Amino acid sequence: MTDMTDLSYVRTTDAQAKPAPVSTSGIVGWMRRNLFSSIPNTILTLIGVWLAYSIFAPIINFAFINAVWTGDNRDACLAQNVGREVGACWPYVEAYFPQFIYGRYPVEERYRVDIVYLLFALLIVPMLIPTVPGKRINALLLLVAFPIISFILLVGGYFGLPVVETSQWGGLLVTLVIAITGITVSLPIGILLALGRRSDMPIVRLLSVIFIEFWRGVPLITVLFMASVMLPLFLPEGVTFDKLMRVLIGVTLFSSAYMAEVVRGGLQAIPSGQYEGAQALGLRFWQMMRLIILPQALKLVIPGIVGTFIGLFKDTTLVLIVGMFDLLGQVQSSFTDPTWSSPSQSHTGYLFAAVIFWIFCFGMSRYSLFMEKKLHTGHKR
Amino acid sequence: MTETTTATEATAGAPRKKMEISSTDVAIEITKMNKWYGDFHVLKDIDLRVMRGERIVICGPSGSGKSTMIRCINRLEEHQQGSIVVDGIELTDDLKKIDEIRREVGMVFQHFNLFPHLTILENCTLAPIWVRKMPRKEAEDIAMHYLERVKIPEQAKKYPGQLSGGQQQRVAIARSLCMNPKIMLFDEPTSALDPEMIKEVLDVMVGLAEEGMTMLCVTHEMGFARQVANRVIFMDQGQIVEQNEPEPFFSNPQHERTKLFLSQILHH
Ligand SMILES: Nc1ncnc2c1ncn2[C@@H]1O[C@H](COP(=O)(O)OP(=O)(O)O)[C@@H](O)[C@H]1O
Ligand SMILES: [Mg+2]
Repeated sequence: MTDMTDLSYVRTTDAQAKPAPVSTSGIVGWMRRNLFSSIPNTILTLIGVWLAYSIFAPIINFAFINAVWTGDNRDACLAQNVGREVGACWPYVEAYFPQFIYGRYPVEERYRVDIVYLLFALLIVPMLIPTVPGKRINALLLLVAFPIISFILLVGGYFGLPVVETSQWGGLLVTLVIAITGITVSLPIGILLALGRRSDMPIVRLLSVIFIEFWRGVPLITVLFMASVMLPLFLPEGVTFDKLMRVLIGVTLFSSAYMAEVVRGGLQAIPSGQYEGAQALGLRFWQMMRLIILPQALKLVIPGIVGTFIGLFKDTTLVLIVGMFDLLGQVQSSFTDPTWSSPSQSHTGYLFAAVIFWIFCFGMSRYSLFMEKKLHTGHKR
Repeated sequence: MTETTTATEATAGAPRKKMEISSTDVAIEITKMNKWYGDFHVLKDIDLRVMRGERIVICGPSGSGKSTMIRCINRLEEHQQGSIVVDGIELTDDLKKIDEIRREVGMVFQHFNLFPHLTILENCTLAPIWVRKMPRKEAEDIAMHYLERVKIPEQAKKYPGQLSGGQQQRVAIARSLCMNPKIMLFDEPTSALDPEMIKEVLDVMVGLAEEGMTMLCVTHEMGFARQVANRVIFMDQGQIVEQNEPEPFFSNPQHERTKLFLSQILHH
């Protein structure tokens, strides 16, 4: 190093930070950098804007601007009565709303469904917010108490509650019962299957592979048909087995096979050093899995797990083909009602169903992103 | 290699504590042990007796079976012939005995193997809580004690990914110590570290040795071997070729293969 005195000039204070040039900051700067940085980029931006406009403008027109908001029957939604082009016929959705939510569940018993919806909301919201304390009790209530209470309330037959046959259930109730049961049961089964497929025990491994590949090899429609039409043929005379129950089991086993493969992907990404570290400390197999391996493996595959959940949620619509009415089925069955028959009735119904499905699926998707960020502990190695 | 050798010699300047080695109390007894990976004979007729308080350094070329041998001691690998008795317990397929031995034997790995989803403190308290069934508070006190000892108590709330390699390895040592093991196994604990971090890890290991911990270290840190080992073992092709006290081992190796190996690692 040279001696200080050799230097002719030494700056002793830091230079002032200058504001960035206007053209690179603010909205204008952002647009210039991201939307119009080059000719191809500008063309893409313009095409994008045009596409967005031509898709969303008609939807907004239909759902809001041209929509009819009040009325008692189809007359309110006919163009000749309104005197203009008619978009969505919202009074029809309003009139049918209870059916979409409860199906043919008896009107005087619907409060039971409401209690179940409310209980679920009260339990799931604190469960999903990481900062709320008491997760252990919350999980216990949600996974043990809630299913029992819901079963008693929805099915009835206890405490003087009249029995409501599951054939009377419908709409969002059926969608949620199938989706939530499928989601909560398929995850643990999928984890066990994934562990089984990687097990050292040949029999366990073989059985897991057979199970997984069987369910992944058949389409869900086939599974539902088997469950509702074929299975009763194999059951002994006089044994009846609720159809919803059969569908639930079919859907759950079907998605656990997919879940197993997603989880297996996560397990494969865990380096063997993690197993060795845990074993060297004296952890037993299940302790090691529960405390070390699965938390990391599941975290890695959150997008895949939630993807399977979303797929399951949307696949509940397939129960229509075995004569059960989920939300979409219920909407479709309302199209036959002459009271509300109008040219825009089915469009309105489908739009409504789409929005409801989208809200649930988008919610799951966002929550998975949130958890991914939250669980990231900054280890990149 | 050379600069780290001098680094540890700096601490060697301090007067050595008397390190007690039991003459009757056997910590590990390996007899005629053989192991194969498929058809490949990795370990051939290994005989090794380690007394309580002994500090053994194991060296040898890559692939000679050093890791495999020490991993057999806590059953991360299974041996097929011969016997291994650790702390009076013979290793068999009996899971209870394996668990018992793993509770008494700590292990430190080349790549630390910390649990990245748990904080440093949680890494250290996990095994005491779940394996030793210790109350959380007590486990945390013990963990903080050992984290202080490896000089990183202030990192307790961080995650392993936020620490340097040397810090992570010190945490790994603390994590093992929290189980209060009778024997510590080290498998190349400094090989994955940048040179400037090797000393901080070796210092911790020297401290452990001075307290009389029974240690088996696979390492090529010859300064460390000279300073703390009572015995240096040279392995090649799955066999123990030569073993001796550090001074004669380095100054007067008997076997051709040992001479070749030492000349390679000391003057490269
Ligand atoms: N899981 C394994 N399967 C097959 N061969 C292995 C396995 N682990 C190690 N080996 C082989 O055994 C020999 C000894 O390995 P190792 O004990 O890791 O050597 P070192 O630690 O002395 O470098 C090497 O030739 C290595 O390729
Ligand atoms: Mg090795």
